[in-house]
Amino acid sequence: MRRRCLLPGMTVWLAAATPAEAFIAYVSNEKSNTVSVIDTDTWAVTKVIKVGQRPRGIEFSRDGKFVLVAVGDDDTIQVIDAATQQVVDTLPSGPDPELFVQDAAGKMLYVANENDNTVTVIDLETRARIGDVQVGVEPEGMAISPDGKILINTSETTNMAHFIDTATRQIVANVLVDARPRFAEFKRDGSELWVSSEIGGTVAVIDPATRRVIGKIAFDIPGMRREAIQPVGIGMTADGKTAFVALGPANRVAIVDGTSHQVMKYLLVGQRVWHMAFTPDEKYLLVTNGVSNDVSVIDVVAQKVIKSIQVGELPWGITIARP
Amino acid sequence: MIRVLAGAIGLGVLATSALAADPVEIGIGYLHRAGVKPALSLVELPFENDGVAGARLAIEDNNTTGKFLNQHFTLEEFRLKDGDDAAKMAVALADRNIGFIIADLPSEALLKVADAVRNRGTVLFNAGSIDDRLREEDCRANMIHTAPTRSMLADGLAQYLVWKQWKRWMLVVGSHEEDKLYAEALRRAATRFGAKIVQERVFEDTGGARRTDSGVTLIQRQMPVFTQQAPTYDVLVAADENEVFASYLPYRTWDPRPVAGSAGLVPKSWDAAQDQWGAVQMQNRFLKLNSRHMTALDMQAWTATRMIGEAASRTNSGNPRSALDFLKGPDFSIAAFKGQRLTLRDWNLQLRQPILLADGRIVVSVSPQEGFLHQISELDTLGVDRPETKCKLH
Repeated sequence: MRRRCLLPGMTVWLAAATPAEAFIAYVSNEKSNTVSVIDTDTWAVTKVIKVGQRPRGIEFSRDGKFVLVAVGDDDTIQVIDAATQQVVDTLPSGPDPELFVQDAAGKMLYVANENDNTVTVIDLETRARIGDVQVGVEPEGMAISPDGKILINTSETTNMAHFIDTATRQIVANVLVDARPRFAEFKRDGSELWVSSEIGGTVAVIDPATRRVIGKIAFDIPGMRREAIQPVGIGMTADGKTAFVALGPANRVAIVDGTSHQVMKYLLVGQRVWHMAFTPDEKYLLVTNGVSNDVSVIDVVAQKVIKSIQVGELPWGITIARP
Repeated sequence: MIRVLAGAIGLGVLATSALAADPVEIGIGYLHRAGVKPALSLVELPFENDGVAGARLAIEDNNTTGKFLNQHFTLEEFRLKDGDDAAKMAVALADRNIGFIIADLPSEALLKVADAVRNRGTVLFNAGSIDDRLREEDCRANMIHTAPTRSMLADGLAQYLVWKQWKRWMLVVGSHEEDKLYAEALRRAATRFGAKIVQERVFEDTGGARRTDSGVTLIQRQMPVFTQQAPTYDVLVAADENEVFASYLPYRTWDPRPVAGSAGLVPKSWDAAQDQWGAVQMQNRFLKLNSRHMTALDMQAWTATRMIGEAASRTNSGNPRSALDFLKGPDFSIAAFKGQRLTLRDWNLQLRQPILLADGRIVVSVSPQEGFLHQISELDTLGVDRPETKCKLH
């Protein structure tokens, strides 16, 4: 009698568990000077890697073999071998690197250097610095157009998104956005560029063809003071239909309709939510919560927070790939 | 042949200059007094370029942005000696089409400047004076304030002391006019936020040097005696804007109590130790340019200069009248490394801003404190709010 009841239950459990592929998430902890490694199967921290001072921007290399982490106070980018989970190399990034982006082939790395108003270009194969582009004051957000032709950099005190031609490394357009632009993200089809403005409290939607702001997303949370709504990280699903925007000290992630640009829902996460990354199957979205020192796991389809995972102090950036 | 070539070169030059139009020149005048105020601590003696150094950094920041918008900013500094007429200088600047003035001047001089250029369209920024009256009964429609007021500073401090449950204050007030104004702001803050001033004492300025070779011995005897036989209190709050005694109080009170106000835990708009919200970038840029740390006055001047830059980039113009309209309007906000947007109180043109509480080595806290709520902006829990204002802008 008991066995009979138990068996169907187990089958269901197994069926649900098998398709969930396990991925590995790397989280930079700005204050701890560490990177936490999370297994998305068990949602547990499996390793803590010691890195340089003030780790922030973090990305897998295109081939998935390495994790690059900008350690701003050491003026370099460290390279973590994903197989051994150890720091194996450094890149000549220029002073105070914060965020960076790679081209599609994984050959070029573009780094925002906050301290000297430049974007540094690094050849990933030779690991040499091959050029600089002068941009506005406090460069921060970095994105590359899906066709690889245009590099976007946002500058926090100049309040612009700079359009840089990747072939000539010249600025070809400057688009004014609201105060303190932090992050830039292209739709996968290249039809829109979204730029978050932390202090302005908005996300600008830019048409990459005309290089004009065509829409502005504002956030209004009942009972929340206006100044606390500070958009930073942006994540968009591959089909461009749904976007997630981290709202910093508002402790919420906004879910935005990618087509109508309307805010659909706010999800309560941890304190000072900052950056985010999808699992490669887009089932889950992981967001870093700086003040509560944890990562919230969002079920993308259900649009619900299902879990929070304690990491190091001031978790900042996150990147996820197959192990 | 040679002639033809020369003609072609001439044409080429013309075409190039027509393409790159001359940038819009935006001139800013900076008025302040020559000389520096005395300080009790040798390490806190102000620098000659206190304030203007912040404006210079912001000019660099504005010009980095300006090169993308074909705008160019310049700063002209004027140090006023005793007897120099600030109002005349302001008019002379207006005559030269310099439409923005940042001033670190006493209130009387500021008001004269504001009135002298009222019909010239000049926008005046008060970066130095914390007098509440400039935002209240003596407010001016052409004067924006980036310096916080005494009442904002007192409220910022009071909120923290109340949050810390240090609600019984002993208030020690200097004998100068500014000290009395600060004491008044502290009394108001105590009443607003539920602290109690258990006793007030006056520290008379009897003159004399602020620095002597045998100074410490005497002070070590004087300060405990001055603070003895006080009713039970949690914190000693000092109002001493002229650097006469407050810095002598920490570690020397009769009862072992913390000191706040003009010494100990000091409320201010900026501190060299401020490192939150991206401030390190700003501190680094300032240090690189000026080879010293950044003060509150530097920050207030930086913010004023950045506001001019912000208005110019948003309105795509160097016109002071359109700048003032933009700054007063609902679309203006400025990022100044204080964790949230700063905006203008449209009823008196005071910049809303968090107040840092610093002990000289570290930023201890930032007000408004959690739990002090407001229906419009929590920053309006600091200072005189709209319903209480005496300002009428014309």
